Amino acid sequence: MTTRWSRKDLLGLRELSAEEINFILETTDAFKQVGTREIKKVPALRGKTLVNFFVEPSTRTRTSFELAAFRLSADVINISATTSSLTKGETLKDTARNLEALHADVLVLRHSSAGAPQFLGNRLKASVINAGDGAHEHPTQALLDLYTIREKRGKIAGLHVVIIGDILFSRVARSNIFGLVKLGARVTLVGPSTLVPREFEKLGVEVSHKIDDVLPNADVVNLLRIQHERQREEYFPGIDEYTRFFGLTKERAKLLKPDCLIMHPGPINRGVEIDSEVADGLQSVILDQVTNGLAVRMAVLYLCGGIATT
Amino acid sequence: MSATIIRNGRVIDPANRRDKLADLVIVDGRIAEKSAIRDPQSAIEEIDASRLIVAPGLIDMHVHLREPGFGHKETIESGARAAAAGGFTTIVCMPNTSPVADTPSTIAWIKERAAASACVNVLPTGAISKNISGEELGPIGSLAQAGVVAITDDGHCIQNNELMRRAVEYARMVGVPILDHCQDYNLVGNGVVHEGYWSTLLGLPGWPAAGEEAIVMRNILLADLCGHQIHCQHVTTAGSVRLLREARSRGVKITAEVCTHHVQLTDEAIQNFDTNYKMNPPLRAQADVDALLEGIADGTLSILASDHAPHADFEKEVEFDAAPFGIIGLETELGLFLDLLVHKHRKIDIARLIEMYTVEPARLLKINAGTLSIGAPADVTLIDPDLKWTVKIDRLESASRNSPFDGWKMKGRAVRTIVGGKTVWNL
Repeated sequence: MTTRWSRKDLLGLRELSAEEINFILETTDAFKQVGTREIKKVPALRGKTLVNFFVEPSTRTRTSFELAAFRLSADVINISATTSSLTKGETLKDTARNLEALHADVLVLRHSSAGAPQFLGNRLKASVINAGDGAHEHPTQALLDLYTIREKRGKIAGLHVVIIGDILFSRVARSNIFGLVKLGARVTLVGPSTLVPREFEKLGVEVSHKIDDVLPNADVVNLLRIQHERQREEYFPGIDEYTRFFGLTKERAKLLKPDCLIMHPGPINRGVEIDSEVADGLQSVILDQVTNGLAVRMAVLYLCGGIATT
Repeated sequence: MSATIIRNGRVIDPANRRDKLADLVIVDGRIAEKSAIRDPQSAIEEIDASRLIVAPGLIDMHVHLREPGFGHKETIESGARAAAAGGFTTIVCMPNTSPVADTPSTIAWIKERAAASACVNVLPTGAISKNISGEELGPIGSLAQAGVVAITDDGHCIQNNELMRRAVEYARMVGVPILDHCQDYNLVGNGVVHEGYWSTLLGLPGWPAAGEEAIVMRNILLADLCGHQIHCQHVTTAGSVRLLREARSRGVKITAEVCTHHVQLTDEAIQNFDTNYKMNPPLRAQADVDALLEGIADGTLSILASDHAPHADFEKEVEFDAAPFGIIGLETELGLFLDLLVHKHRKIDIARLIEMYTVEPARLLKINAGTLSIGAPADVTLIDPDLKWTVKIDRLESASRNSPFDGWKMKGRAVRTIVGGKTVWNL
């Protein structure tokens, strides 16, 4: 078998080929099966050290990576912004080089600056996995979204995926756009014009500000969190108006085809971007995404961690 | 008496509409007639300039020398050496130092330091507002008396249009031009790269063209209202060129400069998050670059400059958002502009290029430089317009290394720099 994976880092989906993305998804199949066993642990990364380096706060992504690493038998340490020397004025490069000097094999980085994982990936021998950088990419989130779509619908090519919400500031949206377009999906972005600028059309997707026109022909809707913490107030006139124009209300959910999947990367603002009952309804695959996220991250750590040490 | 004869060069002196093969004579530090060499037997330095251009010493009116306060990035001495190596005999340094150059004593310190350590002429500017904070006027009259050639809050931009109006009116009385870094803070926000395709793709905060154009327009209105010279520094957008072209055609006292990197590179260069492509204003799109080239060709943009902005490697080698803006440029700008404007696009001829580096800034700043007239200070740059060379970052004279042009192959450069009749740099 020819080598189908040769990267030490996973920085984003823009740099991956369709073949590489599909290879990660195939590898995920094997690790998903591990999660159903009585003993959910494999020795793939035994003796390896993984550092969860989260310069920006996160609970679910960090937990998912941590659990994935445990299941691969790696040793794991967690460092957050407040516990790292970054608060003492140490540069990112120096902090990371210190971690490498302790023989860390894999560095999972969450950072508020776009490009921070590239910056470290170019300077470290250790494997760098991007767990979200600014508004740039969040590749494992997009991979788990792709995996979930493929699992539920049997394919990705030809499906119409609608991504709704704050696209401008969303790394989840960018990684999804890159991955979905490479795998042949049709992608429509929906949201207020301030958060979904027309410039996105140059990435090979459609842009709409009329959600009711788009929902009836969607195969998948992926609702993004309206991020109060990231966003300056003046991007839209208020949460009420957002919900009125772009929320997936019960009424709007009736426009969807019966087999349309409803996805959300979490955490959900119930009653804002999605109605509470709709979030828990039959079409929702939100919790499947979480389960698949674990398998996807095992696959990514296995593939990149294996390269970094050969 | 000391005398030098530069023989057989192509003497290009735009101030005197002169372009011909000739010898240039220097006596006691000034340009002289041949007859001024009274004693032909005394030692005369001979410089062979065949196949070279003999130009008035070039002026870069937009340079950061970092002293006082940031000597780890650059010193007046190292920055002046970099200027000499780039063919510049006069450089104009920006006031965003520590302390800010907003008092006569700081200006005096800079001038003393330059006199003691700089191998080229260093002309200081003073701040428009106290501490460059944009809130109250600095002592503009006292700064002028202390010898600044212009006032500017470069790196910052006065947002209060009324305050800026008073600054322009007051500067007119004092007789110093205003240089302005055009940036509307509300429109630009935390932008770090041109707002367009690449900012959308990379998720980096965008710096929209309108953020520059709004202030260019403001400056046109105030230059018109107050009848005084405002110079827009490092303009980058097609819209700015359009606004400036229209205003200049009406005779408004507005000028603008263009920096090397803004016509050599586009925002596509940021895709690997290399902070040597992070500058303020940012690299723009190809359509903007095309408009800048047209603006250079038709005279809308009349001055060339580097915005030489040294930063230490540990400062630049950080996350893209966190890195300081700017690159060094003194030692690469002449080669890059020659290559692009004269050799590649043929937008202007070499005489006009020299004029944009000499007569134009000298006229704006009202300084006695940029000419080879008899009696003028003997600041001379010898240029080999066809010399092929490669930028080697470790060989540069600047104390910093933050340039995206390492390894670039160039055509044309300064080969000898003469200040006050004395050779200060020789290839």
